[in-house]
Amino acid sequence: MAENALKNFKVVVIGGSAGSLEVILAMLPQLPPRPGAVFIIVLHRKNDKDSILENLLSQYARLPVKEVEDKDPLQLNHIYIAPPDYHLLIETEDSFSLDSSEKIHFSRPSIDVTFESVAETFRHRAIGVLLSGANADGSQGLLKIKRAGGTTIVQHPDTADMAFMPQQAIKLGAADQVVAAKALTTVVMTAIGERNLFRSE
Amino acid sequence: MIKDEELDLLINELSDKYGYDFTNYARASLKRRVNRLLIMDRFPSFAELLYKVRFEPDYLNHVVQELTVNVTEMFRDPALFKAIREEVLPVMATHPFIRIWHAGCSTGEEVYSMAILLEEANLLHRSLLYATDLNPKVIENLKKGIFPLSQMKTYSENYILSGGKKDFSSYYTAKYDWAIFDEKLKSKMIVATHNLVSDRSFNEFQIIFCRNVLIYFDKTLQDKVLNLFNDSLEKLGYLVLGSKENLRFSSLAKKYVALNTKEKIWRKMH
Repeated sequence: MAENALKNFKVVVIGGSAGSLEVILAMLPQLPPRPGAVFIIVLHRKNDKDSILENLLSQYARLPVKEVEDKDPLQLNHIYIAPPDYHLLIETEDSFSLDSSEKIHFSRPSIDVTFESVAETFRHRAIGVLLSGANADGSQGLLKIKRAGGTTIVQHPDTADMAFMPQQAIKLGAADQVVAAKALTTVVMTAIGERNLFRSE
Repeated sequence: MIKDEELDLLINELSDKYGYDFTNYARASLKRRVNRLLIMDRFPSFAELLYKVRFEPDYLNHVVQELTVNVTEMFRDPALFKAIREEVLPVMATHPFIRIWHAGCSTGEEVYSMAILLEEANLLHRSLLYATDLNPKVIENLKKGIFPLSQMKTYSENYILSGGKKDFSSYYTAKYDWAIFDEKLKSKMIVATHNLVSDRSFNEFQIIFCRNVLIYFDKTLQDKVLNLFNDSLEKLGYLVLGSKENLRFSSLAKKYVALNTKEKIWRKMH
C-alpha cells in the first residue's frame, strides 16, 4: 500500500455502452507502454465467460490487459476490465473487489458503480471518461468524480454512435471537457500529466 | 456515501448486540449495501438507521438480509454445471452416499439446480443437499421451493446450456406468477441457518459449493472460511467457487488441484 501511495498515481476509468468498443480499440494503440496511470474499463457487455474482451483488447494495447478477479491488485500501467455479471469496486488504493448485487440501469457491471467507487478512493487523482451509449448509466458516477475534484471527459455526442450517454452527462453538468473521439487519448494523456493542483490528504 | 466511522458504528452495533459480525466483510461493497438500505427505507440520515437497529430488534432480520447480497439464479454459469455433470457426477456415482453443502445458498436456486443434476444422473435418491445461509428469511424461500415464473425462461436456457436434455418445465408446476418445484427435489434438502463467520464445520462432504460469497469478504476472512471448508471436505472432494473467485492465493492452494481451468472447481488431494 505504502509504495503505491507514494507514487500518487492517477486512475483513468473509462465507461461505455453501445458504440464504445470501437472508440476504445482506437484509443488503446495510441497509449504509450508506460502512461503512468492505472486504467479501468467498464463496458456493458454480454454475459460471456470466455474472456473474449480481454483477448481482444490485449491485441490493441501495448500494456497488460486483465479482466479483474476478486481482490486483484491495482498495478500501474495496467489496463483492467470489469468482468461480465459483476460490479467492479475499489476496495483499497491497491486492491479491487467485486460485487454481484442488483443491476443498476439494467447493467452489471454498472459504470456508475465503478465511477463512484473510483471517485471515493482516488478523489482528485481520478480521471473519468464516458463514451458512446444508449443508456443513462455513467453520468451520475461521472458527476461524483467531478465533485471529488477529479477530471471528467466526455466523448463529443456528434462523434458518438449513440449520443444519449454522453448527452446525459453533459446535461447533468458532469463534463469538464467534451472531446471528439479522435482526440480522446491526447486529452487523457494530458490529464495524467497534469500536476496535482491539490495536495493529497 | 456513508463515512468509514459510521460503517464501524453499525458493524459494532450488529456484532455486540446481535452477534452478526461484519468486521471482515469487504468494505466497498458493504458501504454500498448500507447506502442502499438508507435510501430504500427512507432514513433522513445515518443516525436514524443506527437508532432503529439499536432499539428495534425486529428490524434486525431485514437489515441482515439487505446488507448481504441475495442475487442468484438457477444454473448460473451453465458451463460450470456442465463440467459438474461431465466430470464430477461420474465420480460421485461411485459413492454409496453423497453429501453436498451449499454454503451461503441464499434463496436456493443453486441447490435446486444441483438436485436436478443429481436426479438426471439417477443419484438424487442417495444424496443429501445441505443448504445454509446466515439469513433466516431467505432460506424460508428455499424450503418452499417456489420461484418467480418470470425467471423460468432464463433458467430454462441456462439448463439447456448446462447439458440438460429434458423440458425444464417438467420440474415445476406454474401457478399464477409462480413456479412450484417438484417435491421430489426438495425431499433431499436439509435447510439451516449457518454463519460462515462464526459457525463451525458440522459434517464432512464430497462437494462444497460456495459461489459469490467470498467476494464479500476480506482476505483474512476468506482464508478463515476456506479453512472451514477444508475441514469439512473429504479427501478427493470438490470445492466449487464463483467464476471470479480463486483459491490460488490461499495457503491451502497446494493441497488442491484445479479440475478445469475455466470453471472454478478444485479437488482436495491431501
